[in-house]
Amino acid sequence: MAKTLEKVDVVTVGVGWTGGIIAAECAKAGLKVVGIERGRERGTADYQRVHDEYRYAVRYELMQDLSKETVTFRNKRDQQALPMRTMGSFLLGEGLGGSGTHWNGHTWRFLPYDFEIKSMTDKKYGKDKLGPEYLLRDWGVTYDELEPYYDKLEYLMGISGDGKNPFQGKRSREYPTGPMKKTPILERYEKATKDLGYNPFMMPSANLSEAYTNPDGKTINACQYCGFCERFGCEYGAKTSPEITVIPTAKETGNYDIKFHSNVVEVLHEGGKATGVRYINWLSGEEYIQPAEVVVLTSYVMNNAKLLMVSGIGEMYDPDTGKGTLGKNYCYQILPGATGFFDEQFNTFMGAGSLGMTIDDFNGDNFDHSDLDFIHGGSLSITQTGSRPIETNPVPPDTPAWGAEFKKASIENYTRSLSIGAQGSSMPHRDNYLTLDKKYKDAYGVPLLQLTYNFTDQDRAMHKYITERAVEIMDKMGAKQTVGRNPLTDYDIVPYQTTHNTGGTILGTDPSDSVVNKWHQHWDAENLFVVGAGNFSHNGGYNPTGTVGAFAYRCAEGIIKYSKEGGSLV
Amino acid sequence: MADEKKDVSRRDFLKTAGVATGTLVGGGVIGGLIGYNMKGGGTKTAGDSASRSGGRKDEGAGSPNGRMFFTNDHDFSVLSEATERIFPKDDLGPGAKDLGVPYFIDHQLAGAYGNNEKEYMQGPFLAGQATQGYQSRLRRKEIFVQGIRKMDDEAKKRFDKSFLDIEGDQMDEVITAFQKDEVEMEGVAAGFFFRLLRSATLEGAYSDPMYGGNRGMEGWKMKGFPGHQMSYADKVDSKEFQKISPESLGGQH
Repeated sequence: MAKTLEKVDVVTVGVGWTGGIIAAECAKAGLKVVGIERGRERGTADYQRVHDEYRYAVRYELMQDLSKETVTFRNKRDQQALPMRTMGSFLLGEGLGGSGTHWNGHTWRFLPYDFEIKSMTDKKYGKDKLGPEYLLRDWGVTYDELEPYYDKLEYLMGISGDGKNPFQGKRSREYPTGPMKKTPILERYEKATKDLGYNPFMMPSANLSEAYTNPDGKTINACQYCGFCERFGCEYGAKTSPEITVIPTAKETGNYDIKFHSNVVEVLHEGGKATGVRYINWLSGEEYIQPAEVVVLTSYVMNNAKLLMVSGIGEMYDPDTGKGTLGKNYCYQILPGATGFFDEQFNTFMGAGSLGMTIDDFNGDNFDHSDLDFIHGGSLSITQTGSRPIETNPVPPDTPAWGAEFKKASIENYTRSLSIGAQGSSMPHRDNYLTLDKKYKDAYGVPLLQLTYNFTDQDRAMHKYITERAVEIMDKMGAKQTVGRNPLTDYDIVPYQTTHNTGGTILGTDPSDSVVNKWHQHWDAENLFVVGAGNFSHNGGYNPTGTVGAFAYRCAEGIIKYSKEGGSLV
Repeated sequence: MADEKKDVSRRDFLKTAGVATGTLVGGGVIGGLIGYNMKGGGTKTAGDSASRSGGRKDEGAGSPNGRMFFTNDHDFSVLSEATERIFPKDDLGPGAKDLGVPYFIDHQLAGAYGNNEKEYMQGPFLAGQATQGYQSRLRRKEIFVQGIRKMDDEAKKRFDKSFLDIEGDQMDEVITAFQKDEVEMEGVAAGFFFRLLRSATLEGAYSDPMYGGNRGMEGWKMKGFPGHQMSYADKVDSKEFQKISPESLGGQH
């Protein structure tokens, strides 16, 4: 028998960036907030032994315990979906701070083009640029509408950047801190791209170039370039994370409490309104109901969609009819790029998650696509994130995968190879979607989320084109041998690619083709908000966290307004 | 003929020294001697025996080194030789055995890694596409024991000798047969076992020495990785390549 707790104003499911931002904003506005987090409490003091590649990067210390819950996957609808038994293609987070603990910190604003991609594409290239199987759409919110929230996020995080991207949308303020250090590796990329007529700039970074105190009074330290960032927590408090910013801010109000080790299994609802959530504390095995005036889904893309599905809220997307909205527009990130082998040695083991330089000349519609069989593109960067020895074994093609020759080549090239890569955009396709699995269940008896996904012709064409540009740049950088990334075949869930999954709970202006409105309010339940990269109609040519954070600020504003006025916000 | 002679001496060595490393060294008698010799520059015999025992050089009463998982010396020796072929000793530095990689793998198989603790292990276990990944009902510890024994069987099948008694290039042939999925295993593909073995070997060569591999940080030294360093803030924009003496987390208390 579930124990019913005292009702609160706002309950968030998951406490990462979105749950943390919403908690901080709502608690500051006087609302009583409870965060339900399935993982444990953690913070800077827990990361003092973090320079351990094996534990954190290889064995995924900070990631989700898949023995309790995973997803199932298939490439296409006529295959049997099977569980992702071990982490691979993407690394799901867990615990306080969520993936905001172990992210690299690339903090981008999507291009104005991204938000109006359908109308801009139709206008410039005609309605048939992509076939009808691509579910391209305007997002229902514009860059200009989001700008104040991007700004707020950057000042919360203290983002370091030089603001020299000629293709960026209008900014109301400069970055709060100056750019990271320009290393010889970055300088080489800068010179090569300039020589080719492109426009390099410093990557906007949440590993900070200098110590910074944000408007909430929270200090983020200066980055030490130790080379342990992605997949690691920062032992120095120099990577902006929820644990060192929004979570303490929320707690200091006295209006915030977090329940740890607590896995939400259902959103309760009645008469078109959410009434709370049901969760299981997996330490005690006890079941609880947390009633709330407002329920906010702030977990990852996967679980936001899954919770709506298992709770029977909204209409599931059906790829046969195109009807239904929940689970559609699942997108990923396409990763063109090139590796160059050099004679000279570089300090590849030093670095920071967002230490990099980028060009946007092949992102969005910053280049003409008239004669190309794809739209969009990606930001193309060199990053110096700190190469670690277990997972960095670059060898030229035709080198054996093991033995004496492999050993020699992988050691030789560990400090003599550089890579450039794009965060390539990903367009929605009719056959790529999320639904519930009928066979496999999680540790609580709830069905697993099922992912059906494959790369598309659009992806393959874009990947090929940008890889060619990357090869040209690497050649210009003086590599003695340059190797472009292999052409895309079928999506494979085994090798790590990126944890930039998007869609499934998309935002829009019409309930017939979206799950939430522009304030992230669910069309079928006015006191239920869903926020995250799940709201993206497609994935842009950048890492998603900047846009996720801007959405969270906007969602928080919507919740506060709803708490006062009630009703639909649109 | 020379090869034959080498084989005999190898086998004889195993019968005597191999057993000795499994018993007397563990008991501390020769262990103390080896330690003493190593300090004084070592002797050929001491080095060879350490190498044969998976790189165990620093045994002695109260040593943290030892096997937690493999109870059978032969299995452990096959594992050791296979890892050495994957990551051999060369002019750059030590191979898997001298780095303690077999001990690293042994320790890992005894714990969370070997037991797939953080992985989804609920059935049904169905065969899928390669793009869907690992679908075996077996845990890594079971895959390793089966795989190592199959390696020995495969050596006997091809060369009529144990894996421990064949030449290096013959070992490579056996390992390649696993890599190419040419060997039948139960409940798992040989290629999957090979990939686990290869990954685990590299993990043992380059993880922090506190896990039992990367002895003396020699793996890091070969590669030029400085390990655990608090800061490169004053060096990251340097034009020069920085040779930095590595630090281990094991040195931190």
